[in-house]
Amino acid sequence: MSDVIQKLTKKKKTSKKEVAIEVKNISKTFKVPHEKHMTLKATALNVLRKKRYEEFQALKNINFEVKKGEFFGIIGRNGCGKSTLLKIIASIYIPTEGQIKIKGKISPFLELGVGFNPELTARENVFLGGSILGLSRKEIFKKFDEIIQFAELEEFVDMKFKNFSSGMQVRLAFSLSIYAHAEILLMDEVLAVGDANFQAKCLEEFKKYRQRGKTVVLVTHDIGTVRQHCDRAALLRNGKIVKIGKAEDVTTKYIAQNMSDQEAAEIKTDHASKLKQFGTKDIVITSTKVFDSNNKERQSFLAGDPMTVKIEYKAKKTVEGPHFGIAMIDTGGNLLCSSNHLRHMQIINKIEKGQVGYVECKIKSLPFLTGSYFITVSIYSDKFKSAPRAIHHIEKAKKINITNKNQISDEGMIFLNCDWKIS
Amino acid sequence: MEKIKQYNYFGLTRELALTDFKLKYQGSFFGYLWSLAKPLMLFGVLYLVFTRFFRLGGSIPHYPVYLLLGIVLFNYFVESTSASMGSIVGKGDLIRKVYFPRIILTVSTSITALITLLLNMIVVFIFMILSKTVPTIDTPFLVLLLLELFVLVSGVSLFLASLFVRFRDIAHIWEVCNQVLFYAVPIIYPLSFVPGRIGKILLLNPLAQIIQDSRFVLITHQTATAGSMLHFPYVFIPYTLPFIVFAFGYWFFQKSAAKFAEEV
Repeated sequence: MSDVIQKLTKKKKTSKKEVAIEVKNISKTFKVPHEKHMTLKATALNVLRKKRYEEFQALKNINFEVKKGEFFGIIGRNGCGKSTLLKIIASIYIPTEGQIKIKGKISPFLELGVGFNPELTARENVFLGGSILGLSRKEIFKKFDEIIQFAELEEFVDMKFKNFSSGMQVRLAFSLSIYAHAEILLMDEVLAVGDANFQAKCLEEFKKYRQRGKTVVLVTHDIGTVRQHCDRAALLRNGKIVKIGKAEDVTTKYIAQNMSDQEAAEIKTDHASKLKQFGTKDIVITSTKVFDSNNKERQSFLAGDPMTVKIEYKAKKTVEGPHFGIAMIDTGGNLLCSSNHLRHMQIINKIEKGQVGYVECKIKSLPFLTGSYFITVSIYSDKFKSAPRAIHHIEKAKKINITNKNQISDEGMIFLNCDWKIS
Repeated sequence: MEKIKQYNYFGLTRELALTDFKLKYQGSFFGYLWSLAKPLMLFGVLYLVFTRFFRLGGSIPHYPVYLLLGIVLFNYFVESTSASMGSIVGKGDLIRKVYFPRIILTVSTSITALITLLLNMIVVFIFMILSKTVPTIDTPFLVLLLLELFVLVSGVSLFLASLFVRFRDIAHIWEVCNQVLFYAVPIIYPLSFVPGRIGKILLLNPLAQIIQDSRFVLITHQTATAGSMLHFPYVFIPYTLPFIVFAFGYWFFQKSAAKFAEEV
């Protein structure tokens, strides 16, 4: 019963939430001239010719809403149009088509410290930057001490901005924008700068922003930031929204997208390099495939994922006691591990001439961190146990890419499959 | 467009104008004096040439102040329009990243130049005292004339600033125009030297009208003004032209402003 009531009130709350930003059918086309005509003469000469520009559509039919008090992320790879979208929301660019409705005072800045002049002192810059953010002199006077205090620059108030370290510059800029007190905050890749200590402070401040019911739109390509701070996010690709929804889901899609892009790029290059192989070829390895836990063939995996290596073969002659093996090698050529079924007490007595089949090695959890790795596959004969004879050995038959899970930034090569517990 | 209303136009304009003014003279020992040096040097040379060698200004009472006032006002026109022309392009970085009414940039540059003009006017007043010019009942009209000049300068600036975003050779063209203008406006020569009809045509130029009227109210009533030389309805041309120029400049600027961020 109480559950039902809770659900009802929850529903009411969400439906009551006002829309802060409404983006409707936004498209943006840029005209990109072949040569930029910056002089009258060139323009005059060009009037007679055909117009020489190409149209580049940066955004296509973008639709979404940001609710009041929401922390909304926009992610995507370079050139996907995310900054253009933010600029349209900030009304720096005019959309070619579509409409934007904004409720509440929007912060007119995209990057921190825009409008700061290096020749001025910190004090003068606060006044200049503050008025660019739309504050009156009176308001700045009132908040001046707080701004300087938050930026931890009390001793440097009258030092010229150009003599500040870059960290100090960012601190001043961030502090100013925090105190500008807009209801909607637009930010482009801001968290990439500043030392860890100050970053933590900024994030703390972001949380306060949310508690006060303010809306934040953050553009970034950092998955970690979106996962940690955003309620919802939109993934852009080539000017279109690919996915919109919970930050967790959107970032997962983004990771998957990056992986498949990488694979597509690598398949092209893979064919070029010839495989190094040797052996009597009484049995030939016809193919080497790697699969994920869903039996889907792929090349990219997350650290700790299960992976299956399938070696398919065809026998030209009958071979007694062959054994299949795999080895993993890093990009530097170091042997990381090697295994064969004989060592795991599995024996194949004989493979008859003409026989076709496969051998699988199931790896329960990939023990490597972000990077590229090669898989070498081989068949050796068991005839002379002391010095096995190579039947077919293919060096670096397959390349796989591994990415750390959930942006865990562990270092090294080996993936420590561990959980941290903090009490 | 709710957000524009909430924007503090005035504060930003003042802050930008003051910053520009501050930076202009920062790091140089004599600071503001340098901006005074230019018109004073020109004045010195012209004064020597035209009173000692050609005796051009001999017939005009208080010719030195008369000359100086003309140079200071013309100098303001040139400096202000040239500086404003680059006001949008020079702040391209800001425009691409922040939204605020773009007109603030151009207006604040005009105001920076206006501050310099007002300081230069103090020098003119000092010269007036030295040459014992007597202020008359007309003197306060100078304020209205300076206002008219500001409107003219702003109109031209807005037009040039938006044009400069797309065509960079406007800067060179404008430089040539200014050179022509210097001789088309009665600065060094008295208008009475110009044969009848041409003098009248020259006075249709609001810049000439403003300079002549300023001399009239400030220095000597022996100045040929638009009011005394032109007949109805031509007399209205120089007085209304600044406002027409401003209206056109403003319209042109606002029309192009939306695309500044992309074109800069």
